[in-house]
Amino acid sequence: MGLRLPSKVLEHILSFIDSNEDRNSVSLVCKSWFETERKTRKRVFVGNCYAVSPAAVAKRFPEVRSLTLKGKPHFADYNLVPDGWGGYAWPWIEAMAAKCPSLEEIRLKRMVVTDECLEKIAASFKDFKVLVLTSCEGFSTDGIAAIAATCRNLRVLELRECIVEDLGGDWLSYFPETSTSLVSLDFSCLDSEVKISDLERLVSRSPNLKSLKLNPAVTLDGLVSLLRRAPQLTELGTGSFAAQLKPEAFSKLSEAFSNCKQLQSLSGLWDVLPEYLPALYSVCPGLTSLNLSYATVRMPDLVELLRRCSKLQKLWVMDLIEDKGLEAVASYCKELRELRVFPSAPDLDEANIPLTEQGLVFVSKGCRKLESVLYFCVQFTNAALLTIARKRPNLKCFRLCVIEPFAPDYKTNEPLDKGFKAIAEGCKDLRRLSVSGLLSDKAFKYIGKHAKKVRMLSIAFAGDSDLMLHHLLSGCESLKKLEIRDCPFGDTALLEHAAKLETMRSLWMSSCFVSFGACKLLSQKMPRLNVEVIDEHPPETRPESSPVERIYIYRTVAGPRMDTPEFVWTIHKNPEIGVSHLAIK
Amino acid sequence: MDEFVNLKETELRLGLPGTDNVCEGKESIISCCNNNNKRALSSDNEKEIESSSRKTETSPPRKAQIVGWPPVRSYRKNNIQTKKNESEHEGQGIYVKVSMDGAPYLRKIDLSCYKGYSELLKALELMFKFSVGEYFERDGYKGSEFVPTYEDKDGDWMLIGDVPWEMFICTCKRLRIMKGSEAKGLGCGV
Repeated sequence: MGLRLPSKVLEHILSFIDSNEDRNSVSLVCKSWFETERKTRKRVFVGNCYAVSPAAVAKRFPEVRSLTLKGKPHFADYNLVPDGWGGYAWPWIEAMAAKCPSLEEIRLKRMVVTDECLEKIAASFKDFKVLVLTSCEGFSTDGIAAIAATCRNLRVLELRECIVEDLGGDWLSYFPETSTSLVSLDFSCLDSEVKISDLERLVSRSPNLKSLKLNPAVTLDGLVSLLRRAPQLTELGTGSFAAQLKPEAFSKLSEAFSNCKQLQSLSGLWDVLPEYLPALYSVCPGLTSLNLSYATVRMPDLVELLRRCSKLQKLWVMDLIEDKGLEAVASYCKELRELRVFPSAPDLDEANIPLTEQGLVFVSKGCRKLESVLYFCVQFTNAALLTIARKRPNLKCFRLCVIEPFAPDYKTNEPLDKGFKAIAEGCKDLRRLSVSGLLSDKAFKYIGKHAKKVRMLSIAFAGDSDLMLHHLLSGCESLKKLEIRDCPFGDTALLEHAAKLETMRSLWMSSCFVSFGACKLLSQKMPRLNVEVIDEHPPETRPESSPVERIYIYRTVAGPRMDTPEFVWTIHKNPEIGVSHLAIK
Repeated sequence: MDEFVNLKETELRLGLPGTDNVCEGKESIISCCNNNNKRALSSDNEKEIESSSRKTETSPPRKAQIVGWPPVRSYRKNNIQTKKNESEHEGQGIYVKVSMDGAPYLRKIDLSCYKGYSELLKALELMFKFSVGEYFERDGYKGSEFVPTYEDKDGDWMLIGDVPWEMFICTCKRLRIMKGSEAKGLGCGV
C-alpha cells in the first residue's frame, strides 16, 4: 500500500507556503502535488508576459486572486524599444475573465493597457480590489473612470509613471458615494485638475485610506484641506508647492502636517520652494521614506531637512545634494538602506554640480545598513569603488551610472576593472549590478567569476571583444536578466552559450555586433527560445553577417508570439519557412 | 587577453553617434555601430577586419545625441525639463526683501511673479495693509503718507515707478516702504 497524503492535508500544509519559488518546487514533486498546488495557488507572477500563454496560466490556476505581469524589456524605459513592440494586457485580461472570476488583484508593469482592458476588468471581476499600473500606456482617464465607478470594493488604485491620455479630471467623480473602501490612491502621473471637492468627499468617506499620492495640479490649499481630512495617512505624495508663500498659508500647512502623526513616506514635492520645507519638519523624525527627486532645492536646504530624518531608510534625491549633503546624510541618517541620486541635468551640457564619487563614499562609510544604491555621477575612481566594497559588503543592489561613456578612473586613467572586481568579490549577496565607465574584458572575467548571486546585470559602452560575453555567460550562476547596449561583441560567445540562455528570463542586446545569421542559427538550435530581431530594415535585405540593430531573446513555452509589429522579426523554427514578422500566418 | 588582437593602436572603437549616420527621432532606431565598422572578434575568427576604421575623437560628442543615455526614464526627464523651462522663463525667481517703516519684520517677494508696477504695488498694499496713492511722473506719489522705494545696484534709494519695469527688476536689490516725514524728500505730497 503506498503512502499518500490526503489532498486536504496537503492543501492545509500548502496554505503555509507563500513563496512562488517554493510552490514551483512543490509542483514538481509528483502529479497529485502538482494538482493540489495549482488549485490552491493564490498569487501568480509572470516576469515576461510572452514566456507562457494566458490561457495556460488561467487554466492551471483557477483560484488565482492576484496576478502580476511584466511586459516590455527594461530598456524600454530609456526609449530603446520602439513603440508598438508589444506587451499587450488584453489577452491576459480576456483569459482571466473567462476562467478566473475570483481574481481580485492585477499588477502590470511596462504593458500596453487599453480602456477596453480596464472596462473588461471592471465588468468581469466582482470582487476586484487592487489595480497597480507601473510604466504602462495606452489608456485614458475614461478607463480609470470605469474602474472607479464599477469596482465596489476597490482598495488600491495606483498609476505609477504611466502615460495616460488625460481627458480631464472627471474620472474622480465616478467613485460612487457608497464607496468607502479605498486604502491607496495614486494619480500623480495625471495632468488634469480634479475637482477638489470630489476628492475631499472621497477622502472623508474613506477611513482606511493610508496612501494618497496627488498630481501636481492639486494646490497647496487643496493639500491642506485633504490632510485635515486624512490625518491617518502613512504615505503622502504632495501636489505642487509652487504657490507664492503667504504667512497664513505656511502656518496652515505646517499645522496640517504636524497632525499627520503616522506619516512615514513623503514624495511629490514638485517645484517645492525652499521656504516651504520647514512646514515638513514636524514629520521628519517619523519618516522612513523620502522622495526628493523632483525637488530642485539646493544643498543647504536639503541638509536642513535631512538632518531631522533620523529614521530615514529610503532616500531619493537629485545631485543637487552635492558631496557635502551626502556627508550630512551619512552622519544623520544612520538607518539608511536605499539611496538613489539622480542627475538634475540629464542632458549634461554643463555638468557643474559638485557631486563626485566622494558623496557615495561618505554614505557607504556612514550608513551601515546601506544595501541598495543607484548613483549617477560624471566620473568615478577605482579607489572609491574599493572603499565602497570594503565598507559595504552587504550591498544587494549596486547600480552605478558613470554618465561619461568610456570614462576611465579620472585619477589614474585606468579602466574601472579593479573597482568592479572589488564590488563583485566583496559584495557576496549582490543581486543586481549595473556597470559603467571604461571597462575591459577583464572586468567581466571578475564579474563572471565572483558575482554568483547576481540576477540582473546591465552593461553599456563596455568591453573589448567577445570575451566579455563569454565570461559572463560562462559564469554568473544566478543570472536571469542580462541587458547590454553598445558593446563590441557578437556571435561566437552567444552561440557557444546558447544553453545558458534557457536558464535566464531574457537577454537584450542593442547596438552590438550580433549578426542576423547567428540569430537564425540560435533560433533554430533552441526551440524554447524566442529570438526577436528588432530592426527597422528587413534583415533579409542585408548580408547574413551584417549586425542587427537589436535582439531580444527570451525563454518561452508559448512559442513565437502572434502580435509582432513590422519591425520585429522572429525566425521561424522551421528553416523552410524562414523569417517573417508574422510568426505563423 | 593578449592572445587577442590588440586593437588599441588602430583605435577601432564603437563610435558614438555624432557622425554622419545618425538620425534622430523616436521612430528611427539609432545604432551606434556602422555596418562597416567591424573588427576581429577572436584570432580564430576568419572574418576580415574591414578597412574602414574610424578614429575616435578625443572629446566625445554631445551626450544628448545618444538615445537613452544617460539611462533616465522619460517620465523623469520630462518633469525636470519642464522645471528648467519654467525657471528659464521666470528667471528662477527674483526674491527681494521688503521692509515697511514701523512694521516689526521684513517680508520677501518674488518680483518675477508680477507683470508690472500696478500688480506689484497692489501686492504690497495687500501685504502691508496700506495704500500708496497715485503716481505722477513729476511729483511722485500723491495722496498717501506711504511712498514705495527701492535700493538699486548702486546703493541709491529710488522711487518705484520711474524706470521701465524690465530695468527695474534687474536693478532692484530691496524694497522699502517709507512713511511720513522721511518720505518727503522723494516727492511725497500728502
